[in-house]
Amino acid sequence: MDIIYTIWLRNMLRYIRSKSRIIGSISMPLFFLLFLGFGLNSIVSLPGLGDNYVVFLVPGMVAMSVMFTSVFSGIQVIWDKQFGFLKETLVAPVSRLEIMLGQAADGATTAVLQGFIILILSLFIGLHVSSVSGFLMAFLFMVLIGISFTAFGIAIASRMEDMTGFQLIMNFVIFPIFGLSGALFPISSLPTWIVPITLLDPLTYGVVGIRYGLTGVSQINPVVCFAVIGGFSLAMTAIGAFLFRKITI
Amino acid sequence: MTIALQILNLTRRFNDLVAVDNISFEIQQGEIFGLLGPNGAGKTTTLSMLATMLPPTSGSATVNGIDIEKDPDGVRKSIGIVFQDQSLDEELTAWENMDFHGRLYRIPSEARAQRIAELLTLVELNERRDDIVKTFSGGMRRRLEIARGLLHHPVVLFLDEPTLGLDPQTRNHLWEYIATLAKEKGITIILTTHYMEEADRLCNRIAIIDHGRIIAIDTPKNLKDGLGGDLVTIGSPDPAAVAAALIEPWVARVETHNNEVIVSLKNADQHVSSIVTLLNTRHIPISSITIHKPTLEDVFLSFTGKTIREQEAGIKETMRMHQRMMRH
Repeated sequence: MDIIYTIWLRNMLRYIRSKSRIIGSISMPLFFLLFLGFGLNSIVSLPGLGDNYVVFLVPGMVAMSVMFTSVFSGIQVIWDKQFGFLKETLVAPVSRLEIMLGQAADGATTAVLQGFIILILSLFIGLHVSSVSGFLMAFLFMVLIGISFTAFGIAIASRMEDMTGFQLIMNFVIFPIFGLSGALFPISSLPTWIVPITLLDPLTYGVVGIRYGLTGVSQINPVVCFAVIGGFSLAMTAIGAFLFRKITI
Repeated sequence: MTIALQILNLTRRFNDLVAVDNISFEIQQGEIFGLLGPNGAGKTTTLSMLATMLPPTSGSATVNGIDIEKDPDGVRKSIGIVFQDQSLDEELTAWENMDFHGRLYRIPSEARAQRIAELLTLVELNERRDDIVKTFSGGMRRRLEIARGLLHHPVVLFLDEPTLGLDPQTRNHLWEYIATLAKEKGITIILTTHYMEEADRLCNRIAIIDHGRIIAIDTPKNLKDGLGGDLVTIGSPDPAAVAAALIEPWVARVETHNNEVIVSLKNADQHVSSIVTLLNTRHIPISSITIHKPTLEDVFLSFTGKTIREQEAGIKETMRMHQRMMRH
């Protein structure tokens, strides 16, 4: 535990010092929320949610914020590799699993913090959190998304030499996962042939889970959501840890 | 004397390239031991194996009596390492970098704070302890890394090219630090270098390594004395004739390199006039003549037939060929 904490501590120090990173990763979901939310609010009406598209969009943007931040946190292992710092940790008498779990804990923490900032800002544009238990449920799903995608980022970073492939991963993996997740629209309004693809997307269950917690509306049973995203986070952690063990420098 | 490090038939291959070829030696506790050789000779590979970062293809080694393959964590606890490339976190302060290291090696917080302050003072960085590393110069960073490598009281400290890329003044300064450390802390230091002067000034003993093999191992003094005294370098359009003419009882060795003849002999200053007379009577032209005390560069030249610079150029060429072959 002490080593996981040490790695976490180091990354948190870096996070707190990088104001541009904090602001940068809030801005995209916030702009989405403002432009899409207010732009489409008057012309979109959703079954079960009345006319309020902004409120529908908030959980999606929280999930987006958590996911993008966590993938990026995981991928930062590449920076450590390039700038040499990874050697310092790898040559210490600690196990690679501890190092990887420390990275994952840190990624999840920063990601959830980023998600929270979006959540708090959303309170000013019409979101009402109805119950404490609902809020805690949303929090739980944010944590699970954070762990899953940090581990995913670490897994990718373990196999990549430098940041040149990052844009490719962003465009062909991260964006489709986000787009298909139902963050922007209810899955039930999609053409029937796309629905199965959406259901294969693990983020879908995270978004639906957060939405259930915050608004009480759910298109998939929340228990199923929890099982899927929980299972996914465990699987990704295992894969991330496995690939991280094989890093050579 | 206790043995700090023992290497037996250590070998490492990368595909068909033998980076380290069956090397064996021992290092005593408290020694400053230098691995001297051109870039690409296998110094860093040797260090990586000893630091348990790279498994050997065959052979074995113990650090502080602990086998590198059987108990890598035990070895890691006993060693400190300063890598060739920087491995500090530039976004953190000097203190935070040290603190992170102390926590990784599970040093209790009180002892940790005390040791960090002591070491930062030793390397004259205590006044900059709360500054972000990004603002440090190359020499300061290297000093911080050395201090960090000592934090967990290692038995052996590895320094991989400790003064690479530093200006001569900083380099001199760093040498003093390293020498002081070895004396004050009684620590065993193994450093790799391709600077002859560095090896000569710092090391008690030197292993000259070339193409993955150890070609000579001794104290700098013995290595230089082994050349048989002073060196007289004679430039001539006809080096073969010079070499042939100088087979004399007072000449220890004659070698030809490029267009120069290098003659080893005792008390060269007394013999230089005899050399000139000898060559003049045989009508062999002399274009230049110099006398100098042997350096490790001369030792390297006499063992490999090439200067360290020529050897490096050769290694680069081999590597380029190797890559080309791999690509096809």
